[in-house]
Parts: sequence; C-alpha cells; structure tokens
Amino acid sequence: MYQHLETAKNTENLKRIVVDPVSRVEGHGKVTLLLDADNKVQQARLHIVEFRGFERFIQGRPYWELPVLVQRLCGICPVSHHLAAAKAIDQLVGIDPENLPVSADKLRRLLHFGQVFQSHALHFFHLSSPDLLFGFESDISKRSIVAVLGAYPDLGVQGVKMRKYGQEVIRMVSGKRIHGTCAIPGGVNKSLTKAERDYLLEDIDQMIEWSAASVALIKKVHCSNLPYYDDFATIRSNYLGLTKPDGALELYHGGIRAKNANGGTIIDHVDYCKYNDYIHEEVRSWTYMKFPYLLSLGRENGWYRVGPLARVNNCDYINTPLAEAARVEFKAHSNEAMVHSTLAFHWARLIETLHCAESIKTLLNDPDIMGHDLVAQGEKRYEGVGVIEAPRGTLFHHYQVDENDIVTKANLIVSTTSNNMAMNESVRQVAAEYLSGQELTEPLLNNLEVAIRAYDPCLSCATHAMGKMPLQLELIDEEGNLIDKLVKHSSGQIERPSHG
Amino acid sequence: MSKSITIDGNTVPFEEGQTIMEAATAAGVYIPHLCHHLEFAPHGSCKLCNVKVNGRVCSACTFPAMEGQEVLNNTQELTDDRQKITQMLFVEGNHFCPSCEKTGNCQLQAVAYHLNMLDDHYPLFFPTRKVDASHAEVMIDHNRCIFCTLCVRASQQKDGKDVFAISGRGLKKHLIVNAQSGLLKDTDIEATDQAAHICPTGAILIKHTAYQVPIGERIYDHKQIDQVSLEKEHDQHGK
Repeated sequence: MYQHLETAKNTENLKRIVVDPVSRVEGHGKVTLLLDADNKVQQARLHIVEFRGFERFIQGRPYWELPVLVQRLCGICPVSHHLAAAKAIDQLVGIDPENLPVSADKLRRLLHFGQVFQSHALHFFHLSSPDLLFGFESDISKRSIVAVLGAYPDLGVQGVKMRKYGQEVIRMVSGKRIHGTCAIPGGVNKSLTKAERDYLLEDIDQMIEWSAASVALIKKVHCSNLPYYDDFATIRSNYLGLTKPDGALELYHGGIRAKNANGGTIIDHVDYCKYNDYIHEEVRSWTYMKFPYLLSLGRENGWYRVGPLARVNNCDYINTPLAEAARVEFKAHSNEAMVHSTLAFHWARLIETLHCAESIKTLLNDPDIMGHDLVAQGEKRYEGVGVIEAPRGTLFHHYQVDENDIVTKANLIVSTTSNNMAMNESVRQVAAEYLSGQELTEPLLNNLEVAIRAYDPCLSCATHAMGKMPLQLELIDEEGNLIDKLVKHSSGQIERPSHG
Repeated sequence: MSKSITIDGNTVPFEEGQTIMEAATAAGVYIPHLCHHLEFAPHGSCKLCNVKVNGRVCSACTFPAMEGQEVLNNTQELTDDRQKITQMLFVEGNHFCPSCEKTGNCQLQAVAYHLNMLDDHYPLFFPTRKVDASHAEVMIDHNRCIFCTLCVRASQQKDGKDVFAISGRGLKKHLIVNAQSGLLKDTDIEATDQAAHICPTGAILIKHTAYQVPIGERIYDHKQIDQVSLEKEHDQHGK
C-alpha cells in the first residue's frame, strides 16, 4: 500500500509537479506530485477540482423530476442516473422492484444494457485503446482515436459503430441518444414497437461478434505484456457491487456484495436500501470528492473498488454463455484468486461489454418489451433508495420527500467516488514504482493518466475530455524557482517555453 | 363587399370587431404570441405579437382590424424584436428546459425555437421563487411564470372562480392565489379547471403526470408552433 504518500511529512523544499487536467477521462481532475531533490516522490494525490452541487439544488423540486434532472449529471452515463433515480422514486409511489410491471422492468434493463455497452465501448476504443495499442509512453500524436483509426482502421470503426449501436438502443427506448425520458414513477412511458425491435435486431449479432473479438484482443494485449500488466498501478483492495440472489453478475438490480482482497465475503445480499448501515463517506480537505468506506472495516482499511473489475471479481458466474466463458478464462489467469491488476479493469470491462450484447439480444427476442402494461401504482412513501451498477460501478441515489412531494434531502454516491481512494493509491503506486527518481518527461507522466484512465473515472459525471486539453508541467526547485516547464497546447503541440 | 387589411402585402379579410390577430389567424397567418388565447379577452402583455400597422408598432392581439391597414408581421426587424422579448422572458425567470416536464409541450420553448433563439443573450436574473406543491393535484412553479394572466382569465371567465391574480409591479410582480394562506391547497381550484391546464409554460402543472408522453409524441416534436397554433386556433375559430 502507498497511503504513506498521501501527505508528505515535510513539504518544505519539495518540487511540485502538476498534471492538470488529467486527459481522456470524463470531467476535470489533476494530479500533483511533490518530489525531493533526488526526484523521489514524497507525496502524490489525485484532486477532483470541480464542484457540482446537484444534491443541494434538487432539493425543493418535485420528485418526479428527479430521473430527468439528475441524468444531466453526465453526458456519458445519464441512463445510469436516470434509472437509479427512477428506482428510488418507484419506492416513493409504493412500488418495490418486484412489483414493477414485467414489461417496464425489461425495458429499463434493455435501456441499461444499451447504456453500459456504449459507455464501455467509448472508454475502451476512444479513450484507452491508444495507450494499450501504442504503449503508455508513445508519441503524444498517437494518443487518440484518430491515430487508432489510422493504424487499425477496422478496429477503430468497430469501436465507433459499437458505441453507436448502444446509443441506438438508448434512443429506441428513451427517445434520444442522450438525456431522453423513459422511466416514470412505477414504470416507463413507452414500450418498443415491432419496427423498433426489428431495427435493433438487425445488427445485434455483429455486435456480439465484435464484442467477443474485443475480449480476445484485450486478453492478448494483457497476456503478451506480463508481468508489466499485472503489476502496473496494481493495488490490493476490497471490492463491492451488486449481484443476483444466486451470485450471478447483475447490472440493474440485486443485493450488495463486498469481498476482501483474499476473496473472503465481507457482506453479501445486503438490501441496498440499508446502505447507510454499511457505507459511510469521509471528506478530505484537498479534494471535492469524498472517500466512501465500509463501516465494519473503518476508514483506514474499509475503502473498496467498484466497477467492471469489482463486478467480475465478485460474481459467481455470468448468465450469458460467451461472457461466462470469457470470465472463466479471466479467472484462470489469476488461478481463481481475486484479480487486483488495475489494468485488468479493461479486460473485465470488455467481458461486461460482451455480456451486455448477449443480454440485449435476449431481451430483443422477448415479446414483453412490446407489452402495454407499463406503470404500477402503490401507496405513497417518504423515502426512496435506488442503486444500480453504472458502467463505472455501484451508484447510489437516496431521496426524502415531504407531504407535498417535494424533495427535502438527497444523497448521491457516484461510482467514481467509490474508486477515489483506489485511484489515489494507483497514482501513488505508479509514482513510487515507475516515476520516482527519474527526470520527468511528458510521456512518463502519461503513466499516471493511464493508471487513472483504467478506472474510467467520471470526475464530473458530466463531461469528458478527448486528450485535447492543454497541459502544463512546471518543475520548481527548492527555492521556489521555476527551472523547467512543458506546455501541451490544445492542438497537441508540445512546447518548452523559455523561462528567463 | 368584405373589408380587408394587408399583412406583409397579402390581402386579409376581416369582420367588424375582429382584432388583427383574429383576422390573421382566420386567414392562416401566424403571428407569434403567448398571452393571447382566442377564448379569452385579449391582454396584450407579452408583446410577442407586436406588428407594424402603417408604420406604428401595435399589439396584434388588442388592436382592431380597420380598413386600409398595412400590417407588417414577418419582417427581420420584428423577428429580432420578438427574439429579444423572448430572451428577456427567459432570463427574468428560471426556465431550465432540459429538466422541465413541460419540455416539448411548452409554448415559450416552442416560440423560442420558432424565433431561432439560440441563447439567453441577457444576463440571467436567477430570481428566488418558490414552488407551491401544497395542492394534491395542481402545483405552481413560480420560477416559470411569465405573467401572461391566462390562468387568471380562465379561472374567472371559464371556471367561474377567481383563483389567480397578478400582484406587485415591475420586478416584484408575481402570481398570487385567492387564499389567506397564500397556498393553492386553500383555494377552490380543481384539476379539471381550465385554469389548471392553460399555462403556456410549465408554471401551472397537473401533479403526477410528468414525462408520461414519450419523446416523439409531444406537441412540438414534429411541428413548429406556427403550424400547431394555426391548426388549433383555426379549429376553435371555426366553431
């Protein structure tokens, strides 16, 4: 563990290196390193430097606005926020998940599989594949989807088309590719027509084939770079996520399961409405992002990872055949032990992508998605909790309303928040093991970003940068004088300006 | 021989007592408006229906049609003015279309699209206004009120009640309800009242009905407001 690098014992006379912003992730964050005179890393932090405030400004609004309002948190995974809020407000109208109409449940699941599919495809092909295909310290001009399209045109086009397909699923169910409407209290507002269903069926076999090929690709990339891929940014951690009652992988609805680094069960089949009895959040002064932890293990040891790696680690099996076969191969790589390799997030993410494609096909062939019983109504309640497995991990929405249906309290634990400590640990691991003691260059610093990128963080849960954001590196000596500076312009051009 | 005016050079017949708006609507000419409604006495407050009559700016909804009038409606100057008025309506309140349940069915939003309004232009006021959700079936979101008084007129003239009124002046102008408590729950409004359904924005809403109409089936998903308005008002006019 590298927690000793969170705060340097004495920050005087240390050089400060800033990677700001971290690129090819969603939202805005920065990494700071404090180095001593020998370039040894004494402190490394990932700071989330933006503040959103959704939990505050949805107070005072009627609860039925929530799924549509809070989905504006994000342009990449709005469906996850839409559905987490929807699950919470189902409870406000007295509908528990088991009482949701069958068609509504399946349409929401279809929407969610489309969402995870497109988000995972976006992350792997658009954001991460340049690092994985060209190398972490490759020339900066290669680190974009455009370079992937140039060097591997078939693969690049597959990535673009896979994302598009997931977005089309979203559009058919919710009316728009981004920020549509689907879920309403106790159900959904439309089912699929036969024409819409048939349109989506046209390409689903191709999507399954490409997803399977991408799993094979990441396995090849991972296994041909051993032991580097098993060690880079790797940390031992606890893992948390939802599973089905029988322990299968679950993305839409299930109980909370947490396992420790050795695979031992910490909690299992926990009703997520009681999440507050198991998970608390800690605030630290140097970042806007909180640090959740499992109450039973305490602040020091209770932090955990969520997302594809956690879900594939935690589940007992996957209920679609191709993804299950891929999971078996994945676990065989670690001899059935928990996989701690941070870069294995990519592998797990593509196994889930395959699972989503298979699940979309199953649902498209289910006539219930064209059903007409779409909304259920029950007795009003004053509190609702919705939890879902978003592409980036377990997402919690918790609301309280008054007698007039107005939101009085809201708490959101967004997936990336749960990975906060883990991302910081991975940054410190890379800083300590791969950067410490070296003269820092821009390609070397990309290693920090590769570590963060593996988690597919959504730092704002709203926007994403495509590696075109300006970057400025400053090297300051013990007296505080600027001794070196690198500037990356938005065009991608790197410049070392004179600093006389 | 029927009387006529011209609108943008085209001859438009009118009957004695008609306003320019009524004559235009009957002839299939759209003049942008928000506070005007064929069923109620004109109010002339939103000013979107400003037209030029023989060189003078008038509200088409209140100005009587008269022989010899040369009316300009669809000109760049008037469109620019109407766009500015719409922008001012947006910045004066808190109109957040992305999450508003009236999106796609909202006349203010639709007229803004029609006028090609692409931004707010003016600084947003961000006023502090309340939501009155005290009534079991009807709610008021004061953030979205544009003071068109359609609810006031509908309550008085159609529902036979007196639920709404406008109080205050200038920036302090606000919608009030007829109850000592100031709350909608203490008025005699019902969800079946026309006043509960007539709001051109998302200020007066029927509770528990939000987002039930899917995207693609909302009023303005496939038609612009000029077409919708003329179809609807032309039907009403013909009754």
